[in-house]
Amino acid sequence: MQPGTLSTFLKRGAIWGFIVLELIFFSIAGEFMSLSDNAFMDLDNMLLLLKQSAPIGIIAMGMTIVMINGNIDLSVGAIYAISAIILLDSMTWPIFGALGDGAIPIAWLLALAVGTALGALNGLIVWKTGVDAFIVTLGAMLGYRGLVFMYNGEQPTSHLNWTLVDFAEAQFLGLHTATWFLLLVTAAIWFLMNKTVHGRNAYAIGDNREAAVNAGIRVGPHMMINFMIIGFLAALSAVVFYSESGSVNPNDGELYELWVITAVVLGGTKLTGGAGSIISTFGGVLAIQLLRKGLSHIGADTETVNLVIGLILIAVLFLDRQLNIKGKEELKV
Amino acid sequence: MSKQEIGSFLAKQGILIAFAVFMIGFTLANSRFLDPDNVMGVIRSSAILGVMALGVTFVVISGNLDLSVGSMMSFSTIVVLDLHDKIGPALAIPAMFAMTLCLGAFIGFLVGYLKLNSLIVTLGMLSAIHGLTLTYSGGQNMDIADKEGTWFSVFGQGDALGIPVPILIFLGLAAFLGIMLSKTPFGRKVYAVGGNGTAATFSGIRRARVVFMCYLMSSFCVATAGLIQASRSLGSQNTVGQGLELEVLAAIILGGASLLGGSGTIFKTVIGVLILGFIQNGLLLVGLQFYVQYVVTWVIIILAVWLDIAAKRGRLWSPIA
Repeated sequence: MQPGTLSTFLKRGAIWGFIVLELIFFSIAGEFMSLSDNAFMDLDNMLLLLKQSAPIGIIAMGMTIVMINGNIDLSVGAIYAISAIILLDSMTWPIFGALGDGAIPIAWLLALAVGTALGALNGLIVWKTGVDAFIVTLGAMLGYRGLVFMYNGEQPTSHLNWTLVDFAEAQFLGLHTATWFLLLVTAAIWFLMNKTVHGRNAYAIGDNREAAVNAGIRVGPHMMINFMIIGFLAALSAVVFYSESGSVNPNDGELYELWVITAVVLGGTKLTGGAGSIISTFGGVLAIQLLRKGLSHIGADTETVNLVIGLILIAVLFLDRQLNIKGKEELKV
Repeated sequence: MSKQEIGSFLAKQGILIAFAVFMIGFTLANSRFLDPDNVMGVIRSSAILGVMALGVTFVVISGNLDLSVGSMMSFSTIVVLDLHDKIGPALAIPAMFAMTLCLGAFIGFLVGYLKLNSLIVTLGMLSAIHGLTLTYSGGQNMDIADKEGTWFSVFGQGDALGIPVPILIFLGLAAFLGIMLSKTPFGRKVYAVGGNGTAATFSGIRRARVVFMCYLMSSFCVATAGLIQASRSLGSQNTVGQGLELEVLAAIILGGASLLGGSGTIFKTVIGVLILGFIQNGLLLVGLQFYVQYVVTWVIIILAVWLDIAAKRGRLWSPIA
């Protein structure tokens, strides 16, 4: 085997190995500890798991490309909440009253447009002012959350449209609507990052910004496009989720950024930029959701999941570093 | 003064000028704003955030981040309230400090000695400590049984020399840590490690130990904040500190510290904390809802950092193509 191949293989496959371990562990432990008679690897259970992964998963795809770019976005939870409010509220606006169910696509478009615009604003500020994305989106996280509250005070915004609910609960080829969105987004972002100029440039910028500038890549627009994409995806995630639930609290989406970043980091994307894979992020999202479901399946308190995920995140970071050190030593030989 | 000098003066003192403008504006809008009672009230309610920000300032200057302080504060609040009824306040307080310092030491070990990325480690610890708190309390709110008959309330509700105790703790700790940071060898090492870690290592500074100490300092401040919080309300939810980690960072950034490390002072952090507190209070006094401050804070943070780096690079817009 070539030097370094083993560690590369370990790193690439680690998340899937982890998922298999989880499946085995929870299946066996479930036999002894579960209160329900259903097996953990029940088909319905797994389908549900995919569906429940969608809200975090869709945003995580956007976070991956922003992080590959060397940036970060802490405002996704707030964008998610704003888009949800726009989606539900706009359907009740009198100007769309005559349209009946025709208001649905307009509400979707409005929500997605708002999400994209807020993402674009973040991107524009990062580009034009040169302020670090961490600070810009930290501020935006507060600011956008403020906008959420200003829209409807501390009241929940509710509007249940049964056509929408039917659509969100529908199953096509066995998979739920939300799952389809997750899969489509994953495929689209994978294509974007691996088969287009934009994707290649995004990797280049994250890896070595100076070199990218010298190679004639315009850094600013690429960063801004990625922020627009994550804004769009945060809105899409909200649209998919709230079509079904029909009610949004002003605090909804809080801490989503942390879950999303955890999933992305579990998938092996580097905070420093330049490295990361969409497929591994998908694995990271599944791993987190499996852990949540698995722990509740074996009757652990739901609280335990925070503890376990936090420690796993740190362990992954540690292992990743050890593997990297090993890779470098092999390279020296 | 040349135009450039004026520009750099404005950028350097910008945050103080903005603070002054806000104070004047709010005073004109509502004469009660500068009322001593109101000012005291603002500082008092900023004390918890402020105490936490003091510790995190050390971490930020050393070039790291700490996102775990919010859930760590919830942890210490819950623990001290629980132990209060079990072993009495005199033992509960040191026990809580010891437990919180252990958490800080663990983070310091991971970031300092194992050299793991502080953002992810503390993100993980945010989640892990939240889980720990919930496991500890079983998800229940924690309340002191006998709220009237305990001297424990002195830290959050008491007065000494006519000044509320939380303010005394905040300002006393600020003075102590400010001197430690600016006048002692340890303080200079913190700046050295954050400014240029490699150079610091080559000049014989034990980087890992300095980072470790910074996290220990941070967790000590968090424990103090938890003590004030617990003593003020004598009962608490599990999520009392949720989100504070980002407000703390906002205050530190407002004060003008760089997240890259090597710059910032305790005094500036105190100013940042007070700005947040007074803006919040001022907006409430002129009749706006509490959430308007989020939007105002957003604008101020970005403007503050933007002007700061614009002054350093000598031009307003970034050179990014």
